[in-house]
Amino acid sequence: MSEHEYVPKSKAAKWFNDRLPLLTLGAHLTDYPTPKNLNYWWTFGGILTFCLITQIVTGIVLAMHYVAHADLAFASVEHIMRDVNYGWLIRYIHSNGASMFFLAVYIHIFRSLFYGSYKSPREVIWIIGLMIYLLMMAAAFMGYVLPWGQMSFWGATVITNLFSAIPLVGDSITTWLWGAYSVDNPTLNRFFSLHYLIPFLILGLVVLHIWALHVPGNNNPVGIDIKKPSKDTVPFHPYITIKDAFALLVFMIIFAGFVFFTPNVLGHSDNYIPANPLVTPAHIVPEWYLLPFYAILRSVPDKLGGVILMFSAIFILFVLPWLDTSKVRSAVFRPIYRQFFWILVIDVLMLGYVGAMPAEGIYLVLARVGTIYYFLHFIVVMPVVGYLEKTDPIPMSISEPVLTGGAEPSLARKVNDKV
Amino acid sequence: MIKSNIKLLVLSFLLFISLRPLQSAEMVDPIKVDWSFKGLTGTFDRASLQRGFQVYKEVCASCHSMQYLSYRNLGEPGGPEFSEQEVKAIAASFEIEDGPDSQGEMFTRPGKPSDKFKSPYPNVQAATAANGGAYPPDMSVLVKARKGGANYIYSVLVGYEDPPPGVTLDDGVYYNKYMAGNKIKMPNNLMDGLVEYADGTESTVDQMAKDVTTFLAWAAEPELEERHKTGVKVIIYLVLLTILVYLSMKKIWSRIDSEV
Repeated sequence: MSEHEYVPKSKAAKWFNDRLPLLTLGAHLTDYPTPKNLNYWWTFGGILTFCLITQIVTGIVLAMHYVAHADLAFASVEHIMRDVNYGWLIRYIHSNGASMFFLAVYIHIFRSLFYGSYKSPREVIWIIGLMIYLLMMAAAFMGYVLPWGQMSFWGATVITNLFSAIPLVGDSITTWLWGAYSVDNPTLNRFFSLHYLIPFLILGLVVLHIWALHVPGNNNPVGIDIKKPSKDTVPFHPYITIKDAFALLVFMIIFAGFVFFTPNVLGHSDNYIPANPLVTPAHIVPEWYLLPFYAILRSVPDKLGGVILMFSAIFILFVLPWLDTSKVRSAVFRPIYRQFFWILVIDVLMLGYVGAMPAEGIYLVLARVGTIYYFLHFIVVMPVVGYLEKTDPIPMSISEPVLTGGAEPSLARKVNDKV
Repeated sequence: MIKSNIKLLVLSFLLFISLRPLQSAEMVDPIKVDWSFKGLTGTFDRASLQRGFQVYKEVCASCHSMQYLSYRNLGEPGGPEFSEQEVKAIAASFEIEDGPDSQGEMFTRPGKPSDKFKSPYPNVQAATAANGGAYPPDMSVLVKARKGGANYIYSVLVGYEDPPPGVTLDDGVYYNKYMAGNKIKMPNNLMDGLVEYADGTESTVDQMAKDVTTFLAWAAEPELEERHKTGVKVIIYLVLLTILVYLSMKKIWSRIDSEV
């Protein structure tokens, strides 16, 4: 995307670069023109990359000591905690790292929703991102099964049983997934295999995600298209790298707080009880990051209906770029949508909260209201508000604020219409 | 605008959580104890750990296993820190089954520090059968495996009461204020003066419950002291680095006409 062609200085570098233009790629990554007005919500891409690498590195070390066998898995985790040098640290980073990964990804997704980053021409970035998110949920779920505690076992039982809701072939599919007639040793083995595989699939998708990002370039808080490079942009290095580093360090302080001082607060105490197929825990709950979907699943009295609705809650996000009819990207200039955005945030938080509660009484009512609103937001609010809303005037460029720049809404719209 | 929205959001969420109905009246919240191992720099009380081990060995160990601990752990830093001789003597006081030898026979020998804690029963089924159908759980990670952690374990140990009128208990079932459902198959094993503490501490029920709970908390998290110490260092390091990076960022961004 750089305007000027990169030319290697030394002969050797030129020889290599002519054959594999890695140096050109490196130069592109450092020069990459980035909007200068990106706020801290934009630092979560870098933070997420850090999370992925942390999970992979700690995971590889854990896999050296872990034993994927129903009789030995729990003991091997205790072996890691007690006998492996700094095993407790590596395991706590990995288990809390999953939570931090999801915290960051939720902020990243909601940032995209607020600033319209999923809209044209960035639909493919958005869709690849959602595929990463789906794989993250699969990896996290299977990872939670590996310690073979009570919540591992019963969580696996509940989630794999969802597939039995499929008419006709449901039971066969469930047995096929288990590799047995219940969650058992073959299930644990394949979950371990897939848990090791998925992060590398995610890594591949992350490369595509960043590649797709570098075609149109970053969206920005104002949400307008900008000329690249121009006075509205800064080179990625050092401006964005240092800012990402600062945000990452703040994130790491919070991360370290969990790892060193409350390493088990995000987990469930029942998972320190070895798996027992004969004893069902009083409440089977997934990890916090899956709770909103769990609430949606349980809000429907019919099993198949619940499963369909839960998967729809994720897959509806894939068509989001086409459900949003607004020509303006950033919610900063969308006074009506902005309010609905925050209602959606509250709605999802509420769904997460009721997902942790027993599915009865007021919690069931709230789960149903929350579920209905969740779908209404995407199916009704987004298309309708996009048409009816009178948006605020949009500046012509990042450097010129609305008032001093004298941009008339009509002009700004034209700029935006080209999108 | 965004700020006020976030405020509204947080407020409504807090309001929502505060409106949740109280837990069912049957379960009493565990007693809150001011443990020495609580907090950011919490450490174990060494003497309490050693006394707690004595209570475990003389009382709990006749039914409960602690299969993930080894005798050597008793001498490691951050734990009861028995001396090397003491650890060897403790280990040697147990007869451990080993083998097979070159003749293919199993044999017993005195324990070594590298041996795991000897379990009172050969397997879960035997333990269950010997205890009226209730398996005495392995205590290695018990404090982490119970909601409420150390407070809960301590509360159950001191929470035995006569059943209130109207509650009938089967044979071998006891009433406990803090246990879920209030029915527990473990009898009240602690009574004043049950063990004779080597350090002369008076062995009241409360003292023994606190000591053994401290011991169990260490058993579940033997890394706790190292974790706290390392954590403080890591956070200080990260904060200093964050400040440096922040200043560098301000400097770099001052080259252009834009706010960070």
